[in-house]
Amino acid sequence: MAESKNIGIFICTGCQIGDAIDTAKLRSIAEQTSSVRHCTEHTFLCSAESRQQITEDIRKHQLDSLVIAACSPRHAVANFAFDKVLTERVNLREGVAWTMEHGNEDTQMAAEDYLRMGIARTETSGLPDPYLLENPVSDILVIGGGISGMQAAIEAASAGCQVLLVEKENDLGGWLNHWHDIIPVSGGKQTNLNFFLQEKMDEIKSLTGIKVLCNTTVSSISGEPGRFSIEVNQQGKITDHRAGSIILANGWKPYDVTRLKELKYSDRQNIITQAELETMAQSGSITKPSDGSPPKNILFIQCAGSRDKEHLPYCSNVCCLTSLKQAQYIRNQHPETNVFIVYKDIRTPGKNEHYYREVQADSRIFFTKGEVTEIADNVDDSMAITVSDNLLGEPIRINADLVVAATGMVPNQSDDLNLQYRKGTGLPEWKYGFPDSHFICFPYETQRTGIYAAGAVRTPQGIQACMEDAAGAVLKAIQCIESVKRGQAVHPRSGDESYPILSLQRCTDCKRCTEECPFGSYDETEKGTPLPNPARCRRCGICMGSCPERIINFEDYSIHAISSMIKSIPIPDEFEEKPRILAFICENDAYPAFDLAAQHRLKISPYVRIIPVRCIGSINTIWLSDALSQGYDGILQIGCKPGEDYQCHFITGSELMEIRSENIQETLQTMMLEPERIQTVFLEIDEYLRIPEIIDDYMETIEEIGPNPFKDM
Amino acid sequence: MPSPDQNTVPEKSVLIIGGGISGITAAVEAAETGCRVYLVEKLPYLGGQVARINEYFPKLCPPYCGLEINFKRIRNNSGIEVLTSSMVEEISGIPGDFKVRVQTAPEYVTPDCTACGDCAVVCPVETDDPFNHGMTRRKAIALPHELAYPVRFHIDDKVCTKDSCKKCVAACKYDAIHLGANAQTREFKVTTVILSTGWKSYDPENLTEFSWGNSADILTNVMMERLGAPNGPTEGKILKPSDQQPARKIAFVQCAGSRDENHLPYCSAVCCSASLKQAIYFTRQDKENKADIYYIDLRVSGRNEDFLNRVEDNDQIRLIKGKVISVDLDENRPVIEAEDILSGRKIRADYDLVVLATGIVPEIPGIPVTLLDQDGFIIKESLENGFSAGGCCCEPKDVAATVQESTGLVLNVLKGNA
Repeated sequence: MAESKNIGIFICTGCQIGDAIDTAKLRSIAEQTSSVRHCTEHTFLCSAESRQQITEDIRKHQLDSLVIAACSPRHAVANFAFDKVLTERVNLREGVAWTMEHGNEDTQMAAEDYLRMGIARTETSGLPDPYLLENPVSDILVIGGGISGMQAAIEAASAGCQVLLVEKENDLGGWLNHWHDIIPVSGGKQTNLNFFLQEKMDEIKSLTGIKVLCNTTVSSISGEPGRFSIEVNQQGKITDHRAGSIILANGWKPYDVTRLKELKYSDRQNIITQAELETMAQSGSITKPSDGSPPKNILFIQCAGSRDKEHLPYCSNVCCLTSLKQAQYIRNQHPETNVFIVYKDIRTPGKNEHYYREVQADSRIFFTKGEVTEIADNVDDSMAITVSDNLLGEPIRINADLVVAATGMVPNQSDDLNLQYRKGTGLPEWKYGFPDSHFICFPYETQRTGIYAAGAVRTPQGIQACMEDAAGAVLKAIQCIESVKRGQAVHPRSGDESYPILSLQRCTDCKRCTEECPFGSYDETEKGTPLPNPARCRRCGICMGSCPERIINFEDYSIHAISSMIKSIPIPDEFEEKPRILAFICENDAYPAFDLAAQHRLKISPYVRIIPVRCIGSINTIWLSDALSQGYDGILQIGCKPGEDYQCHFITGSELMEIRSENIQETLQTMMLEPERIQTVFLEIDEYLRIPEIIDDYMETIEEIGPNPFKDM
Repeated sequence: MPSPDQNTVPEKSVLIIGGGISGITAAVEAAETGCRVYLVEKLPYLGGQVARINEYFPKLCPPYCGLEINFKRIRNNSGIEVLTSSMVEEISGIPGDFKVRVQTAPEYVTPDCTACGDCAVVCPVETDDPFNHGMTRRKAIALPHELAYPVRFHIDDKVCTKDSCKKCVAACKYDAIHLGANAQTREFKVTTVILSTGWKSYDPENLTEFSWGNSADILTNVMMERLGAPNGPTEGKILKPSDQQPARKIAFVQCAGSRDENHLPYCSAVCCSASLKQAIYFTRQDKENKADIYYIDLRVSGRNEDFLNRVEDNDQIRLIKGKVISVDLDENRPVIEAEDILSGRKIRADYDLVVLATGIVPEIPGIPVTLLDQDGFIIKESLENGFSAGGCCCEPKDVAATVQESTGLVLNVLKGNA
């Protein structure tokens, strides 16, 4: 934290700021502050001329910190970025001029308070000194030698990386070694699987950067991006390796068909799975296992396990196309054989529709929408399959001498990583065994920095998609290493150079930080003292919020800085009837929502004082008690939506706030304060129309319970 | 990152054509990996189709959330140069040393714009707002949409009366409006090119069997997104455009054009999930609201199955397997004729609103570098020599799949000329 500061204050009067408030009074506040070396006003602070002026002022007054009292920090970012100068934005435009009555006494007080808060934060913050590793490693570890892992290795090596590719089986290739054919993908260059696989093998051999270890598993991973220590076990031989980032491509397995009791798979020789049919076709002819004769009628049961709440609740994405492919090669091999495909929906999205149409044109391939409700054994080795809920209205019976169950894809365990992390050996799950991420917007961002899942372990997908997925994961893996080398955070605070700094001499080993970090960035000593791994950190500040001893801080976002902001403003006494509400606003969605409200000139109570936070999970209880003992009448915490469809950018931040709120309520009770004094609200970015109401409702609540009794104490 | 002069090729640099979610993703992923990025978008703002979507399936969350964080990444990264209202005119040279010529439409509003809005207050000209598919009006000078990036007002020069008015020029305190501006051409060099030009909706004019154009209460699915959006024409309340009364009963016509040899022979991949989502947010508005979804197959992918289950459990929504034969009007009310395939019955039912789930048609960049397939999509496998492509200009796909693919494309920039 910087000791003495040379602060320059630049106040913009444009965009109605000058109409709304008396900026001369703001200047006089600045001039009374000893750390302020320079204070000036501009009518158009984001102009090129003003930037030139600021640059000169920085030099002339040797300014190390700036307070830009102008528009929202979401605007004119480049205009106010100066190398090696700490810049704090005070939002007078959206936060005051656009949302409050012009020329009003309360509006003026709000603007003055925001300036005080900005100065207080600047005085107590410093420029972060990035966390730089000594000799960071750029190598990439790829776990799994199936199509996703092979492709990942090829992509990474082609981009110039050294790759260690680890496969637990004897050979690379994974399931491809057991498959007969590739699903024809429109535009795909290669449809013959043998050639395709050989091409991949050759490419791996020809690229110098790839080291392949077969018959090998990963027995331990520790460290952090840029310096992961990896121990592998090759049939008992243990070796150590290093990597900068890791790709988990350990694939999938077919759903266990014996769990589909009604199929009586173990008792019926002529029921096989899609995977078994594929292997059978690869080894030569497609025959009935019971007697080795060619089947006359083959029936496919789609969604055997998939789309079933009792088994795999998700769709496995590839089984429809696989059955189409298999039906086609069966028909090529056995022109007299009939194929029946019993389905819920045929799912051939996009261009695959053409392939579906091609297969439909075969007069001996019959598509039947319905559910298999009964399988009866005939006197010979064939079966009578009853299909209900079909398009004909009445249940129908189809005789088949070979039944193929399209069992779905089950992701392999991410525990194969064997992470020596305090928070577990694998990647935290979303549901059904798939690793969690913001899977719509940021599909690769697992909760373990520097470790990216690719292929069927991430989401059910076919060969083509696995290859694309591998490329994406490799890009993220390289990007992570590059960011670590610069000492910068990865998504979502990309480029952030701050990181948590712990004053461990005051640590009580309570383990809250190690437990609550959503990204598992802390390990622990045996005693429970946190061992930080800053390169794993996403800089959300949840650990800072969790720490009862307040020993975790960022250079530019600290307990002290926010407390100073809270304490920097005068609180009117209760007879003035000017309540004060402190609002901690998550900068990810809630803050832009407030900006949007301002853009629409919605009115927001001038009694509210807003402090943006990285995540509401980063709010430390001390800020709440500081505010209450300071005399604020109420505290709002506004963050992103928690729950199953969480929008929290740091996964569990909002959820933690809910849990912590219960403890906070207990604290309020012991302080003899009403529970309403602290309220948490979840707000989506497009719900800005709700904002005035949220604030007004809360103001009403506070009015009902009356002023904070700690005021003036 | 210092801006290179136009004659040197920055090592690992990329021109990205198309600033929708695919191009934005490629841009931020490339820049954060250390590449220099030029992101060229023909509209005055980034975000493309996604910016107009109300909620994403299956999480029912606002796309603005994802856009905001991507815009933040762009704002904070000096390695990305965004050129909106711009078209690539020519790419010459060789892989690793491409020369690009970009034309930017007249910059009537300069980057000095602070988005204060004073200009729009005085602007006397109104025009249909393309952001809301013409369901609302905007001023000739306006912010294209609330979260527009770059945050800059924009003049629709087809309707602006320019020099005979000039009210906005007088109102602007920052001298940011120059009505005499001309189109500008710029040249720069890059090592690689990514095509991410995205998609447009299948033109409903072709769907004569569905009475398109005869009733304001027959909409496309993209219009429905605006109707449901809190920042849309009705602040998210789903009202019948004909009389602004609440819609109570909506029909969704799946495959309106898609999977149909007379229109689009392929499946557009997202319309099923989109309609399920729209049915959810419509029925959520009122317990009395009812939605019928007429479909051929319900195609939701992978983990989105939970989302389908949620719809199946919702007794306000009926899923009807059947192809809609026609949409007619009976006393101005849309009437659907369809065949319920499971029961074999003919259905004739009237609705307050009919939503046509029109499909995805590729948008193709206007430069002759690409091979197209029979349906007009870019054959991405045919691209080489420093070019690659991804997103819906190659195949219909949802946002998650587009982001996945676009991330991987950036590897081509790192590999250099591959």
